[in-house]
Order: sequence, then C-alpha cells, then structure tokens
Amino acid sequence: MNANLHLWLIPLLPFAGFVLNGTLGRRLPQWLVSAIALLMPLAALAVVFNAFTATAAGLPLPYVETCPIAWINAGTLHVNFSFVLDQLSLVMLLVVTGVGFLIHIYSVGYMAHEEGYWRFFSYMNLFMFFMTVLVLAGNALVMFVGWEGVGLASYLLIGFYFQRDSAADAGKKAFIVNRIGDFGFLIGMFLLLANFGTLTFSEIAAKLTTSPAWTGGILTVICLCLLLGATGKSAQLPLYIWLPDAMEGPTPVSALIHAATMVTAGVYMIARTHALFDRSPFALTVVAIVGAATALFAATIGLVQNDIKRVLAYSTISQLGYMFLGCGVAAYSAAIFHLMTHAFFKALLFLAAGSVIHALGGEQDLRKMGGLRKKLPITFWTMTAAVFAIAGFFPFAGFFSKDAILYAAFLQGTSGKVLWFVGLLTALLTAFYMFRLWYLTFLGESRSGDAHPHESPWSMLGTLVVLALLSVGGGWIGIERFAAWLAPSTGARAVEAGNQQLEVLLSILAVAVALLGWYVADRFYCRRPESPGQLAAALPAGYQLLAHKYFVDEIYTWTIVKPLLALSRLFLEWVVDMAVLGGLAWLLARVARLAGAILQRWQSGNLRSYAAWLAFGAAALLIFVFVPWTTFLAGFGIHLSMAGQ
Amino acid sequence: MNPTYAHMLQQEVPLAWYLLLSAALFCLGVLGFLIKRNLITVFMSIELMLNGVNLSFVTFAHQWHAVKGQIFVFFVMVVAAAEAAVGLAIIIAIFRARATLAVDRIDLMKL
Amino acid sequence: MHLILFIVFAGLCLAGAVNLLLQSHPISSALSLIVVMVSLAVLYLLLGAEFLAAAQVIVYAGAIMVLFTFVVMLLNAGREERTRGSYAARLVGFPAVAVILGIIATVILKAQGLGSAGLRDDITSTQELSAVLFTKLLLPFEVTSVLILIAILGAVALARHGDGEGTPGK
Repeated sequence: MNANLHLWLIPLLPFAGFVLNGTLGRRLPQWLVSAIALLMPLAALAVVFNAFTATAAGLPLPYVETCPIAWINAGTLHVNFSFVLDQLSLVMLLVVTGVGFLIHIYSVGYMAHEEGYWRFFSYMNLFMFFMTVLVLAGNALVMFVGWEGVGLASYLLIGFYFQRDSAADAGKKAFIVNRIGDFGFLIGMFLLLANFGTLTFSEIAAKLTTSPAWTGGILTVICLCLLLGATGKSAQLPLYIWLPDAMEGPTPVSALIHAATMVTAGVYMIARTHALFDRSPFALTVVAIVGAATALFAATIGLVQNDIKRVLAYSTISQLGYMFLGCGVAAYSAAIFHLMTHAFFKALLFLAAGSVIHALGGEQDLRKMGGLRKKLPITFWTMTAAVFAIAGFFPFAGFFSKDAILYAAFLQGTSGKVLWFVGLLTALLTAFYMFRLWYLTFLGESRSGDAHPHESPWSMLGTLVVLALLSVGGGWIGIERFAAWLAPSTGARAVEAGNQQLEVLLSILAVAVALLGWYVADRFYCRRPESPGQLAAALPAGYQLLAHKYFVDEIYTWTIVKPLLALSRLFLEWVVDMAVLGGLAWLLARVARLAGAILQRWQSGNLRSYAAWLAFGAAALLIFVFVPWTTFLAGFGIHLSMAGQ
Repeated sequence: MNPTYAHMLQQEVPLAWYLLLSAALFCLGVLGFLIKRNLITVFMSIELMLNGVNLSFVTFAHQWHAVKGQIFVFFVMVVAAAEAAVGLAIIIAIFRARATLAVDRIDLMKL
Repeated sequence: MHLILFIVFAGLCLAGAVNLLLQSHPISSALSLIVVMVSLAVLYLLLGAEFLAAAQVIVYAGAIMVLFTFVVMLLNAGREERTRGSYAARLVGFPAVAVILGIIATVILKAQGLGSAGLRDDITSTQELSAVLFTKLLLPFEVTSVLILIAILGAVALARHGDGEGTPGK
C-alpha cells in the first residue's frame, strides 16, 4: 500500500494555529480564538489517527517523508527536513496530539477569564508544532530544532503571567538549565557527525549494524553527551531544578508540557538513539543510576511539600526517573509504556489539581484544603483514579508499566537488584505522598475557610473523565503485546517474558508496598492528623533538609551562579566594557580632538597664508604635469608602465 | 652706419622672451600677493597678474595670427574692470567696518 | 629696432613690477603699476595689437588705476604697518613661486615652434577685430555689458553708507 500520509501536516497545522492566533488573536472574539486553537490540534490528531489506521491496515514502517528542498548541503554534510513515522514516533504522536488536544479543551474552560487568552493558545499551538517536529524528526538536527523549540514554548508558557517576578524568573531558569543540557546534545551531535558522517538515525543504526564489534569508547562519550541533554529536558539529576519552579505557569501548561509531553522528550530521545546506547553498557548503567537516584531523591522531597502542584512536580521528576531506569536496563519499550500511562495519569492529576485550585479561587496550599469530596465529586473520583494509577494498584494503568520496568531491572544482575530495590522504595514513597495529597485535599475537615468551592464547568470535567478512563484502562494492552508491537523501532531486547512466576511475585510485592504506603498515609493524615507535626518536630534536621529540597538550589547558586556572575562582572563589566570599550571611545575622542586642533591652525583666516597654500598647490600641480615621471623614476630604477603602451 | 649696429636694428625678438616676461610678471604678482600687507596693494598685485597673462595671450595671437587671442584680452580687460570696481567697493566696506587695511588684521568672516 | 624697443620697455615693465613690491606706500605702488601698464601697451604695439594697446592705456591705466588711486586717497591709506607676518607665506609661498617660475620658464625655453616678432606689417587692424567681435562673438560681447551693469550695481550697493551699517568699530 502506497498511501501518502501527509506527515508534514501534523506539525504545520498547529503552527498555522500559532500564526493565526498570534497575529490576529488580540482582535478576534474569544470563541474564534478557541475554535482555531482547538481545530488545529484536532486536525493534527486526525492525521495521526489516519496514519495509525493505515499502519494497522498494513502500511509498512518506517515511513519516511523528506522535503524535496535540501536543508544543508555543505561539503560532506547533508541534512534534510525528514519526518519518520515508525512505531515509536507513532505512539508518541498519539500521546502528544491526543492528550494535547484534551488539555486544549480543558484550557478553554480553565483560562476562560484570563487576560491574554489568545496569547496562551498561540503559545500552546506553537508548543504542539515543535513537539511534533521533535517526535517526527528523522535526524538529530531536526530533532534539535524541535528540542529547542519546545524549550522556547515552555519558557513562554511558564512566564505567561509575566507580570509576576517569580514567573518570569522561573521561565528564565527553565530555559537556561535546558540550555546547559542542550550543550550536551550539541556536543553529542558533533561527535556523531565526526564519527558517523551523518545525523540521520536510520543511517547511524545501519552503520552500527555493519560493525557489530564497535562498542564503548567514543560511543560511550556520545551517549553520555546525549544523556546530559536528556537530563536537562527531562529534569533528572543534576538538571532537574527548573521543573518545580515551572509550576508558576498555568496548570494546563504544567499538565501538557511538564508532565505528559515535553519532559518525556529526553526519554524519547534515548529510545530513538537506542542503537547507540545498546553499544555502550557503561552509558546504560549511568542512565539507570541517574534514573533510579532521581526517582528516590525526588520522591523524598515530595513527601513534605505543601503546594499541591509542587508535590505533583516532584512526582513527575520521580516517575521520569523510572522511565530512565527502564531505558538504562535496555527495556525501552517498558519505558515508553510507562511514558504513555504516565501521560494519562499525570495529566489527569494536574488537571484535577487545576480543577481544585479553580474551585477554591486560586488556593494551592494543601494545608488550606480539605473536605472537598462532597463538593467536587467528579473531580474527586477522577483524581482518585489517577492516584490509584500512579500508586501502581492493579488493574490501573500504572501497575502494568511500573512493574514492567521493575521486573526488567530485577533481571539485570546484582546491580539490577539494587536498582529494583530503589525502585520499590520509591514506589512506597510515591504511594505515601500521593495518598497524603489525596487525604489533605479531599478528605477530612475543610480548612479552606470562606471559600465556596464549586464544581468546574464541563469543558474541564469532560477532559478529566476521559483521562480517568485512560488511566484505568490504559495499561490493559499489556507489556508483552506493546513491546512486540514496538520492537522494530526499539530493538528486540524488550522485556523478556521469561520467568512468569518471578514476574507475578514482584508484582504482588509492588502492590503490597503501595498498600503499605497508603496505610501509613492513612495513619498520618486521616486517623492521627497530628502525627506529621510530631514526626517533623522529632526529626527537625531531616524535615528541614527535605522541606528545603536538600538545599540544591542554594548550593547551585553559591557554587555556580554567584562565581559566574562575579567573574562576568569582573571581566565583562570592568575589563571589556570600561577599559576596552570605554578606553577605545576615549581614545577616539582624543584623537579626533587632536586632529581637529592641528587642522584648526590651518584655517586661520589669514589671507596671505591661504594665498601661500594656493601657490603651493599650483606649483605641485605644475610639477605633477610637467615633470616626465617615467624618465625621472627610471633614473631611480623604478619602471612604470603607462596604460596603452 | 656700423654693420653690427645695423644688424641689431633688424634683429627680431624671439617670442620666447615675451613669454618669459609674461611669466615673470605673473610670478611677481603672486609674490606681491604674498608679501604685501596693505589690502589695496594686494589687489594691485592681482591686476599685475592679469596683465602678465594678457601679454602671453597677445604673444600667442601674434604667433598664430589669430584675432581671437586679442579678443580674449579685450574680455579680460572688461572683467578686470568690473572686478576692480566691485573689489574696491568691498575694500571700502571692510575699511568702514574694521578701520584697518592690514591684511593680517582682517581674518574673521564676520565683519 | 624691435629688439631695442623690446629691451627698453620690458625692462621698464620689470622695474615697475619690482618697484611695486618694494614700495611701502600704496600710492607709490599704484604709480609703479601705471608704469607697468603703459610699458605693456607699448609691447602690445610691438606685437601688432594696436587696438589693445589703446584699450590698455585708456581702460587699464586710465580708468582702473585711476580708480585705485581714488580709493587710496579716499581711505587715506598710510604706509604699510609692520604686522605679524604669516609664516606660511614665507616658508611655503616663496619656494612655490620659485617652482612655478622655474617650471614655466623651462617649458617655454624647451618649446619648439615659437616664432619671433619683428617690425613687420602684420598689425591687426581694428576692423579685423570688430569683424569677429560683433559677428561671431556678439553674445559674449552683450553679456559683458550686462556684467558691467551688475558690477556697477554691486559697487554702489556695497560702498554706500547704509542705514546704521558700515560704521567702523561696530
């Protein structure tokens, strides 16, 4: 079957939405802005769906679309705008456009009374454009375009309430930290170019298959550089610091960008370049360790946060750690599976949190919530579904994906078992803090004072319901079938359906741990609400350490930011600006004045002096005309040739 | 009559001598322009320069038997007359403003 | 004859010119210039330009120089003052003049094809002159009359005692 899937429409439709809403949006009526903003992602989703059905009907993958106009043709470097559709990009596209579209619908309700409504939607469409470019990219350079672009969209959207200093700072922080990661990505690209001569993923994979003995060495370096980029984008250690601050943006932004799609770009990139990572066991180990460590680290911080969105942010970092762990044990399809289910329940969590915030008129502090179960029933039930999913209870979505990762880790030898244990511990903590959030928000006595919470409009609730259904049933496809389907694009080293009993045993252990977490949360926040306070008082140092996020931001400020600022100030402000540039300007002024002072004396107004110079000029002219220069200079040995001779 | 004396009477003058005289007059005019300190005298040096040039015109008119050379001298004279009139009027105006005719003292554009 | 006349009057010319430079009172310089002009008139005659010789005496010596003399006497210009000289005039001007003279002299002396003048009958008659002047060069001739008119107007405008303008020291 030779169908034309028109992949180029997928990015371009949201881009058209961005342009339309960006240029005309200010003057258009709100309903028209919404219509444009919703129509474009919907159309993109339709194209993706069409591609999906074509694939199901037998279209062979990978399907490549290349723009006929070459992008870069410089010497040996040839880069094209090429879009590749294979199983990996298809599943990512479904997630991105599907969940993206749902969040757009939600935003119509959530942002309805916001100033700058048109701006919000144009940025959201811009984000969709760049994200789809990133996912569809057939070579590293096009992916980099999308990579940078989503960073830009993220910055614009985090700083949406730009009149707030904290929001603007958060946007800058996100962008700058991302840039540090992008540096790694760039170095990785340069090394790829140097060693493979091409940036196209398929060509790199082909080159690797033709040299099966090539492992380690430069490939490790490349992988580590790419990993740096991934940690920046996906908020892993050490570049995770931007994600909690990014909660300054509106809640739909947190849901779309910082939960479901943009932060998963790092995972996607590693899965896309899995051919490289497979050749470097060391790099894979680093990935796994980074993932596991981040998962645990973030989970511990999430235990004591009081802002509902902060808890979810640290939860996101933690779950992304799981995905990295999955990639690190070469279970790419398990990681992607968890990516998909996580998109469902994390988006749902954020959107439900947004519903709660909206209901309470902007309150985000958990200590001021409570007793909302009766007042916001639909929000309550959908969020419950999400909490169960993230805790990993059977048969919710999170159970299947998280277990796949933990099982794959367990099989990886002794180091694998350590990683498995860390993952298990994190699952315990995850269950605990999610249920803590659940209890504090919905159950118990109302601590929200005079607020009259009301349920959200159906534009918001409808999305919650759909996502809740996905959170419940999203994992039922099963990891084996999923991995088998995904195998052509992520390698055949998927989860080995080897030891069925071991798998069941580990699953039961994980569920038990999650139940334990629920029980502890129940004791702390339902039965004995004073216990958290007592525990915090008993371990003040520990509590302070966690509450201040291990002081990582402060450490970074004092070790990196302040010295850099001081150095810049010293060098750029003092040396370059004042001494060099200032000195240069001063010098030029002096020279001009001096020349002027000298030349001024020539214009004395004295008639005789002028006459003298006139005579001088006349004499010079006569000399020039009448002296036979050729013979004169020939006498000195200089031979001139006149034109025409 | 003495033959050498008679010979001298018939001698012709090479035109080059006329031209040399013309050059000399011109250069003396320039020199006067540079040396003299009275404004009117400077102006007179200019007239001297013009006369030197007139002489060279007439010399060449004689050589080529062209009347145009002499007509040009005629026009030069006309222009010199006009120039002298206006120039001296200016000198009078300057004298009224500055009360001096020393060239070195008149060195500002604004009177 | 021609040679003797030439030597005499050329000498007079040069003497007058040099005297113009050497005198300190402007009226003496004016009188020297008159000597130069009259000598030049004779030289024109030697070259066969009789109309020009007459014009030289009438217009140049008789009108222009008289005008100069009038102005000298009107302004009561005294002897030249010893003012602070211009260095440029001496340092740059004198060599420049010397160079100009040297180059022109060299060129003249090296030139081929210059003839010589003698007492011959090739005097340009006034009739010849006017034939060209009033036919082929009629337009320039008329324009010069306009030029003189402008000069008259200019001179009158510049030199009159305006209302409150031109008073010394203002």
